[in-house]
Amino acid sequence: MSDSALSERIASANHEAHRRMLESEPVLVDVQLAKDAIPALDDRTILHAGPPITWGRMCGPMCGAVAGAIVFEGWARDLDAAARLAASGEIRFEPNHHHHGVGPMTGITTRHMAVLVVENRAFGNTSFCTVNEGIGNVMRFGGNDCEVIDRLKWIADVAGPALGAAIRHRGGVPLKGLIARGLAMGDEMHMRNAACSSLILGELAGDLAETATKDLSRILRFVSGNDMFFLNVAMAMAKSIADAAQGIAHSTVVTTMARNGTDFGIRVSGTGDRWFTGPAQMARGLLFAGHTEADGNPDIGDSCITETVGLGGFAMAASPAVVGFLGAGTIADAIGHTRSMGEITIGPNPAWTLPTLEMAGVPTAIDIRKVLATGLLPVINTAIANRQPGRTMVGAGMVHPPLSCFEQALVAFAEVNGLH
Amino acid sequence: METDKLLQSQVCVVNIGLREFARDMERVGVPVVHVEWSPPAVRDPRIIDLLAKLGA
Repeated sequence: MSDSALSERIASANHEAHRRMLESEPVLVDVQLAKDAIPALDDRTILHAGPPITWGRMCGPMCGAVAGAIVFEGWARDLDAAARLAASGEIRFEPNHHHHGVGPMTGITTRHMAVLVVENRAFGNTSFCTVNEGIGNVMRFGGNDCEVIDRLKWIADVAGPALGAAIRHRGGVPLKGLIARGLAMGDEMHMRNAACSSLILGELAGDLAETATKDLSRILRFVSGNDMFFLNVAMAMAKSIADAAQGIAHSTVVTTMARNGTDFGIRVSGTGDRWFTGPAQMARGLLFAGHTEADGNPDIGDSCITETVGLGGFAMAASPAVVGFLGAGTIADAIGHTRSMGEITIGPNPAWTLPTLEMAGVPTAIDIRKVLATGLLPVINTAIANRQPGRTMVGAGMVHPPLSCFEQALVAFAEVNGLH
Repeated sequence: METDKLLQSQVCVVNIGLREFARDMERVGVPVVHVEWSPPAVRDPRIIDLLAKLGA
């Protein structure tokens, strides 16, 4: 095939990837236990954020969360025994992304955790994400004590089933319009979810009141007291959109960005399931009082699936409130970040518009060629975990993938298409 | 326009690259449009060659 013919095929394939992202119809349909939602998730398997990683290379928060998940599942009596079991080789570690799932920060998912289920009704695929635990001492930051494990059990046994029943009772919650409203109310759906967390509680409150059999007031307080409740919904939604664009021959569109606290990995539509990885970077931003940069862990979590479909840092112009929280400069800087992401994407998403940019659509579908040609790396908004397990969040900021991920992906793409 | 008269009229600045220079203009009330730009990040000739072949 000539270079020009291949270029035309790439353009056509990328147009198709972009079309699929735009025409996706994600609907929150249920909350289930992971073992029911993900049949391949068998006993002694732990799903984690980011690209594949072994126990010996996991960062502090990831190790802490793994040990906590082992105790949660009852595979070990205490955290020391759990760490020994994790190191023994008897636990299988796999990325959430290998099972159509995602998880924030450590992203740990095991059989008896509750997961949100989002169905992309335009393309028939389904994605999953754990339920957001709230702020503070939580497993996504490596927390693993009794408070964390008891809360996870309550979510699995009480809150998850109640939310699932309410969602089913109303026939699912369409998410595309909800996101559009959230963007107009100042959310960017990664580090600010205050509007959409309120909106979805409003959507579900009546159904919860009609269907909940236990702990209704606690469930309502659990959701209403957590501005980041919607993050996990947005992540499952974004995964269902990104998966719809995966596996298109000749497409150079990024369909996965994820980090495990040690490595950053991307996957590309036209190169199958192969990961392209580089070292996870340190986010730059604002640290909470009493912390220094030395406390921070390198970038971690599957939450940049939001940026993969045009939200988060790509939609920063929607969210003046998040700019100060991230230490990301001025509102003009936020608008500049969104504009610059337009340079590395296939096109805007007219369903998700930005009031501060004359209702322009969020920049959508990252093209690895454009990243390399411009040198503009995807902008990711992120929380910063403490590098010690169980010490919660130390700050928030912005981060980029390493350029090497995109260089490797381009070389692999060329090989797949007969160029050397 | 003669260069010695350039700064006697309203100055409008297009700043390319380092954002801090644009901020300096803003601080003194000069209208400025900032253009994000940085030198090409990729120096590997193999990547540059592939980008040319792949229509970037």
